[in-house]
Amino acid sequence: MNSKILSIVGALSLTAFSAAQACEISARVSVVGNEFPAIQTVGAGAAACTGAEVSTNLTADHQKINVPGMQGNPAEYTSAIVANSSIVALMNEDVIRPLDDLVAKHGADLKSSQLIKVNGKVMAVAFMANAQHLMYRKDVLADLGISVPKTYEEMLAAAEKIRASGKMSNPVGGAYKAGWNLAQEFNNMFLGYGGSHFEAGSANPSVNSEAGVNALNMMKALSEYMNPDFLTHDSNVTNAEYRAGNIALLNMWGSRASSQTTAEGVTDAVKNGHAIAGPMTVGGGSTAASTLWWDGWTVAKNISDAEAEATFIAMMNGISPSMMSDENIRTQAVWLIDGYKPTDAAIGVFEAAKMGTTPYPMLPYMGLMHTALGAELPDFMQGKESAEQALADVEAAYIAAAKEKGYLN
Amino acid sequence: MKHSTFIWFFSPTALAMLLFIAFPIVSVLVQSVHAPHKAVLVEVETCTPLVGCTKETSIDQEATRELREKKPIGRFIGLEIFTDRGHLAISEVKEIWSGSENFNEFFKKIGNLPFYRAMAFTLTFTFIVTPLVVIVGFLVALNVNALHERLKGVVVFFSLLPFVITPLIGALVLFWMIDSRGILGSAIQWIFADPNLSLKASTGLMWISLIVYGVWHAAPFAFVIFYAGLQTLPADQLEAAQIDGATRTQQVRYVVLPHLMPLVSFVALIQLMDNFRVFEPIVGFNADAHAQSLSWFIFNDLGGETRQFSSASATSVLTIIGVTILLLPVLRRTWRDFMEKST
Repeated sequence: MNSKILSIVGALSLTAFSAAQACEISARVSVVGNEFPAIQTVGAGAAACTGAEVSTNLTADHQKINVPGMQGNPAEYTSAIVANSSIVALMNEDVIRPLDDLVAKHGADLKSSQLIKVNGKVMAVAFMANAQHLMYRKDVLADLGISVPKTYEEMLAAAEKIRASGKMSNPVGGAYKAGWNLAQEFNNMFLGYGGSHFEAGSANPSVNSEAGVNALNMMKALSEYMNPDFLTHDSNVTNAEYRAGNIALLNMWGSRASSQTTAEGVTDAVKNGHAIAGPMTVGGGSTAASTLWWDGWTVAKNISDAEAEATFIAMMNGISPSMMSDENIRTQAVWLIDGYKPTDAAIGVFEAAKMGTTPYPMLPYMGLMHTALGAELPDFMQGKESAEQALADVEAAYIAAAKEKGYLN
Repeated sequence: MKHSTFIWFFSPTALAMLLFIAFPIVSVLVQSVHAPHKAVLVEVETCTPLVGCTKETSIDQEATRELREKKPIGRFIGLEIFTDRGHLAISEVKEIWSGSENFNEFFKKIGNLPFYRAMAFTLTFTFIVTPLVVIVGFLVALNVNALHERLKGVVVFFSLLPFVITPLIGALVLFWMIDSRGILGSAIQWIFADPNLSLKASTGLMWISLIVYGVWHAAPFAFVIFYAGLQTLPADQLEAAQIDGATRTQQVRYVVLPHLMPLVSFVALIQLMDNFRVFEPIVGFNADAHAQSLSWFIFNDLGGETRQFSSASATSVLTIIGVTILLLPVLRRTWRDFMEKST
């Protein structure tokens, strides 16, 4: 399956790169990153360079290996493909280098909006944007005369109608798997209710608030319309449920939009009924209950300047504007690359950007908060404790971890 | 044996034990009383696509590097990690103790703290799975031993399969079977005529699934040990018992069981240790919403973006202490036997 995707991506990118300028490098390049179609494409583009060895290690476990793989001197990986959450761990450990000189030398193809700047220095080059947003079955909604939900309250009402009609017993899907996924859904809802994870300008937590309680209650209400195993469902399982025609409404990653109907075993009803829309709001708020993400690449600090330059050139080849003429590559993501014309699959993410969706916080201690949320919220979702108690537990767990890591006294 | 000869014979083993057992324990102990330096934070301007530039908090790399170079091991914090909420939670327990009106309330509130919640599951798992593994293994060994010679090989092979399968894979196979759309999950829904019944959504059913998995996986280990032990059982002893008119049950109870007793304590010892460190089924079953263990905490601390080494080290030390306490009765008996023999 994976090798199949790889070979398809490889073949596609080859056609794309025959048009691109030849890419010559003179030192080792080694890339670590997540594994989804758009990143596979970037990896294949980097690997098309000749003159020295280019190796890629694209895996869902990339966050576990990128820091240790870049801490050594010389570092094993010369580049890590990251997102706004995972770049923080690399900056915290000081393993990536500023790219200003390389951008000046080799970055003519870059748009200024692609540059991730921290304290005035370019720390990463972004190539795509991502956000979670609504995906739905337009045929099911049309049959029952339901309009496309714009708020989570409307989503609940729609779910009740679909259930009552007998079409689906659990029409709502969501990546509510205990741990990272569940915490991320809380983040969406919490920001939608106007919450803020930390007291302004400090590492003190502030999730145990009215917004937090409201967010949890809304998640609980949604879970009543989900498969009873929802606490074990990540994005992959949720999408499998959607493709099998078991659910009609879900909040899902934009990066998965194009593959939603192309995977194996998708029923015709789902293929013809699939539709996407922007993220929903909640509780009468105007902020989208979602977060805005970017994916980009970095260059390791503990490598020679020659390797850093080769890495930069290879990665630039992986995000070359000439790729944007390839229809298949264009649909893989919401590219930030020059010359990208949005496809239908991009509507959701663009809508999220237009709505001013809050970006996922790039704070040094956000990872600890995310972990604490993922560990403590399942008790509430199972009805074992109150929302207030669960949020108090989250704060206590976060404070213990933040004290250990030296963020709080 | 002369002392010097003994020392030369023993030194490679001693060196290996020092390298692979003693040093890691010392390293974990040292790490558990140290934590990363206080973070030096600065407000910086951060620019990202689609959003533009905002003020964000970030780590001051230069100041942090200076701190790290001065003292690479981090700051000494004593037993702070051991007593924090993620571990023994001393102050939280005290507070709950003074704030609870009865034991019921006390235990309910204690169960909300991660360490004690994990201990509740781990100890239940250990003390149910260990005896069941011994009993099931013993029964299977007795029955296989009574089989016709031609059948034995095949039956031994199939009985060992659950133990041969990689634990994580075995757990995943069972996990998909008990999914509400899996073969066992939908069978249970059909039997109880409840379409919302889910093994994965109920803590009690999840614990039972994990325990069933634990027995399924480890029973072949006990079986193969006991089966080997049965081959050393002297035939004349059994014959003598038969001549005396002992029934099959009596033979097992008064001849077979005493002969296998040392093996029973061996299997129990290994199983107590293994089950206390229960880990793979929790990952394989995605059961962390319902059941956690100390090993799972260590995994969780080290994975992902947070990487809390001090916390993981403290949990490791607590695991070592827990295993020692569990094994104490068995170790004491071994020591007593040893002393009796040497006098």
